[in-house]
Amino acid sequence: MMARALPLSGRLSGESGLRLLMLLLALALLVIGLLLPLATMLIKSVQDRSGDFVGLANFARYVQTPALVGSIINSVSIALISTLTVVSLAFLCAYGITRTCMPGKRVFRMLSILPLLAPSLLPAISLVYLFGNQGWFKDVLLGESIYGPIGIVMGMTFWIFPHALMIMMTALSNSDARLYEAADALGTPKWRSFLTITLPGARYGIISCAFVAFTLAITDFGVPKIIGGQFSVLATDVYRQVVGQQNFQMGAVVSVILLLPALLSFAVDRWIQRRQVAQLSARAVPWQPTPSPLRDWVFALLCYGVAAAILAVIGTAIYASLVQFWPYNLSLTLDHYAFKALAGGGWDAWLNSLTLAFWVTLIGTLVIFFNAWLTEKSQGYRPLRQGLHFMAMMPMAVPGMVLGLSYIFYFNQADNPLNWIYGTFAILVLNTLVHFYTVCHLTSVTALKQLDPEFEAVGASLKVPFWKTFCRITLPVSLPSVLDISAYLFMNAMTTVSAVVFLYNSDTRLASIAVMHLDEAGHFASAAAMAVLIFFTCLGVKLLHAVVSHLLLTRAQRWRQAT
Amino acid sequence: MSFLTRSFLTRSLLASAVGLVVSLNAQAATELTVYTAVESDDLQKYAERFQQAHPDIDIKWVRDSTGVITARLLAEKDNPQADVVWGLAATSLLVLEKEGMLSRYAPKGVEALDSKFVDPAYRDGQDPSWVGMDAWVASLCYNTVEGERLGVPRPTSWEDLTRPEFKGHVIMPNPSSSGTGYLDVASWLQLWGDEGGWEYMDRLHDNIARYTHSGSAPCNLAGSGEAVVGVSFAFRGARLKAQGAPVDLVFPEEGLGWDMEAAAIMKGTDKREAAQTLMDWAVSKPANELYNEGYAVVAYPGVAKPIEHYPANITEMMIEADFAKAANQRDAVLAEWQRRYDGKSDSQ
Repeated sequence: MMARALPLSGRLSGESGLRLLMLLLALALLVIGLLLPLATMLIKSVQDRSGDFVGLANFARYVQTPALVGSIINSVSIALISTLTVVSLAFLCAYGITRTCMPGKRVFRMLSILPLLAPSLLPAISLVYLFGNQGWFKDVLLGESIYGPIGIVMGMTFWIFPHALMIMMTALSNSDARLYEAADALGTPKWRSFLTITLPGARYGIISCAFVAFTLAITDFGVPKIIGGQFSVLATDVYRQVVGQQNFQMGAVVSVILLLPALLSFAVDRWIQRRQVAQLSARAVPWQPTPSPLRDWVFALLCYGVAAAILAVIGTAIYASLVQFWPYNLSLTLDHYAFKALAGGGWDAWLNSLTLAFWVTLIGTLVIFFNAWLTEKSQGYRPLRQGLHFMAMMPMAVPGMVLGLSYIFYFNQADNPLNWIYGTFAILVLNTLVHFYTVCHLTSVTALKQLDPEFEAVGASLKVPFWKTFCRITLPVSLPSVLDISAYLFMNAMTTVSAVVFLYNSDTRLASIAVMHLDEAGHFASAAAMAVLIFFTCLGVKLLHAVVSHLLLTRAQRWRQAT
Repeated sequence: MSFLTRSFLTRSLLASAVGLVVSLNAQAATELTVYTAVESDDLQKYAERFQQAHPDIDIKWVRDSTGVITARLLAEKDNPQADVVWGLAATSLLVLEKEGMLSRYAPKGVEALDSKFVDPAYRDGQDPSWVGMDAWVASLCYNTVEGERLGVPRPTSWEDLTRPEFKGHVIMPNPSSSGTGYLDVASWLQLWGDEGGWEYMDRLHDNIARYTHSGSAPCNLAGSGEAVVGVSFAFRGARLKAQGAPVDLVFPEEGLGWDMEAAAIMKGTDKREAAQTLMDWAVSKPANELYNEGYAVVAYPGVAKPIEHYPANITEMMIEADFAKAANQRDAVLAEWQRRYDGKSDSQ
C-alpha cells in the first residue's frame, strides 16, 4: 500500500508545482509585457517635465482645461452609441446564425468577419468616398458632415462589429437542448423561453460583449483621427498631447482616465462570474434549430443587409485603390500597387508584416489559451489566478499609442536586462501579443466556461495529470475557439498601427504603418492599395482557417453534431 | 495548417539566414541609425547620393511624421537609439536641444551656409547644435475645380480667407496636433502682433470647416476636393500637383511662415566619426543641390534654382521667423488657442 501511495502523492505534488510554475510564467509575461512598461508611462502623470514628483498637479490642470474635459463627454457618448449599435446588431446576427435555419449562414459568417481583415484606415478612406463632400451618397446625411460624430460611429460600428459578433456567437452557440425540450413540453411560448432560457444563458456573453465594444470604442484612435474632424475624444487627446506637443505627462493623465472603463469592466466581469453557471454540462445535448420560414427569412434579410454594408465599404476601398486620381481622373490603373511613394519598400513592409503576424499567431494562440485555461480551470492559487485574469483584461483598455510609448520607456532603459529586444522583431511580437490579449482571453474564457468542471474533476479523480486532460479533452473540445483566436491574432498583427509605430525600425517596417504614411503623404490611392493588399492577405489566411476549421469540425468535433 | 506553418517557418528562417549573410558582408561598413521626417519617396534618393560619396557608411533609416519622430526621440532620451537626425523640423530640434540631447559639432563648410540656417549659437562663437537644410514654407492649396463649382475665388492673401465666400471651405491643421498648424499660428502672431494675430484667428475660425490632426492633410483634402482651400505647406502642394490634383499653390502676400529641415548629431552616439562625416556631407553643396530638387529655398547660398510651382521671390516673402521665441511661447499660445477655439469647435 505504502509503496503504491508514495509515488502517487509525489506525482500529484509535482503536478501542483508544475501548475504553480506555469502560473508564475504566465504572470511574468503580463507583468513584463504590460504592467511594468505601463507603470513607467503612467508614473509620468504625477511628474513634471523634468521628472520630479508633483502629486496631482497634472490632474488638476487637466480638470481646469475645458477643451480636455469636454472630450470625456464626447468619448463616452460616442462609445455608448457605438456600443448600443454594435451589440444589438451583433446579437441579432449571432442569433440568426446559431438559433435559426436561415440560408447562407456560412457565407454570412465569412462576410461578417471581413472588417477585421483591414486596417482601420480602410473604412475611413471608404467613408470619405461614400459620404464625403465628393461622395456618392453625400445627400443621405441630409447636410450633416461625415467628418464628426456620424463618421466616428459609422467607422467604429464597422470595425467593432466582428469583435462583438465573435463573442456573441460563442455565447449563443452552446446551448442545452434539454431545457428547450422541457419548455416545449410544458407549453411555454417561444418568447418566454427566449427570455428565460436564451437570454439568461447568453447574458455573460452579452455583457462582456458590451464591455468589449465600449472599451474598443473609447480607446480607438484610428477612426476618430481620420474621420472625426475636430470632434475631440480622449484617444485623439492622447495623440495631441504626445505626438502634437510631446507632452508625455498630460498624455499619461489622459491615459489614466482611459483606463477607468477597463477597471469598471473588470469589476462587472467579476460580479457576473460569480453568478455564471456552466451551461454545457457533461450531460448536455446540443440544441439544433428547426426551420421556421418567417423567422429564418427575417434574420436572413437582416444579416444580408449587414453583409451588404460591409461589402460596400470594402468594395469602395478596392475601387479607390484602382482609380488614377479620385475624383478628377477616374481611369483605372494598377500603378498604385507599385508603391512608388515608398521607393519600392512597400512589398518589403508587407513581408515584414507577414513575419510578424506569423509569430504573433503561433506564440499568442498557445500562450493565451493556455493561460486562460490556467485561470479558469485549475484549482488553488486563487489570488494568482485572479491577478492573471485581471491583467488579461487590461490591454484592451490601454490605447495602443500608450502601450507603444511605454515600451520605449521600459525596454529602452540601458540597465533593463531585456534591453536587447528593443529595436528587434521580438519587441514587436511581444507588444502585439499583449496589445490584443484581452479579446483572445475572453474568447478562451467564454469557451472554457461552457465546459463542465466535471471534466477536470473526473480527470483528477481518475488520477490523470492535468496536462493530459488539457490535451485530450479541453483543447480538442475548444478547438474552434482556439482557431478563432489564431485567426484573430493574425489579422490584428497585420493591421495594427498605433502601438508599433513607436517600435519599428529600419528593418522591421510594417505594411500597416505604410498605409498610414501613404495616407499622410496624400497618396490616398496607394494607401488604399496597401490596405487592400493587407485585406486580401488576411482573407487568404481566413479562408485557410475556414478550411482547417471545417476539416477539424467534421473529424474531431463530430460530437457537436446531433448524431 | 502544418503546410502553412512549415512554409512560413522556412521563409522566416530563410529571411534570417539572408539577413545574416547580408550583415556579414556589410560588416566593413559602419551602420549609422538616422531618424528622419523626410518624405518616404525621397529617402532612397538621399541615401543613394550620400552612399556615392561615402560607400563605407550604411544608413539605417527610421522615418515617420515629425510629431511621431520627435516623440520617439524624446521617449528614448535615456538611451538614445539614433546616431544622427537628418531632416527634422528645427523647432523639434530646439526641443531636443533644450533637453540636452544634441551634441555640438561644426560641420566642415558650415561657414558657407546662410546664417539664418545655422543654430544662432554659432554666431556667438560656439559650435552649432544643429544645421539647417532647407526651408519648409507655408502656403495654401486651392482646388481650382471645386473653387469654380462652388463660387469660391482664388485667394491671394491670408485676409482673403476670412471673407464670407470662404465660409466652410477652409481647412487648416490643429496647432495642438501638428507642427505645421503651430507654424501658421506663430507666423500670424509674429506678423500682426498678439492682438492682431488673435483677432485674425477669431475671424478665420468662423470660416474654418474643420481642423485636422496632420499638417499635410489640409492640402491632401483640397487635392481630393473635400475642401476648396487647405492651409498647408508648399512642398506637399507641389507633390500633389505632380500626381494630377487640380490644386494651385497660393502664397499669401502678407508673408509666409516657415520652418526648416535640419540635421544634428545625437549626444551619446558611439559612431561619432561616421556621424560627423554625414554632417559634413549634409551641409555640402551637392547635398544642398539635392535638397533643391524638392525645396525652393536651401541653406547653401546661390545653389537654389527656381523650381516649378514656387514664385521666384519666395525668399523675400518669408517672414523673419524667430524660432526660439516661437518655441518658448508654444505652451502658452496653444493653451490660448484651445481656450478660444477648441471648446467651441465641438458644438458646431
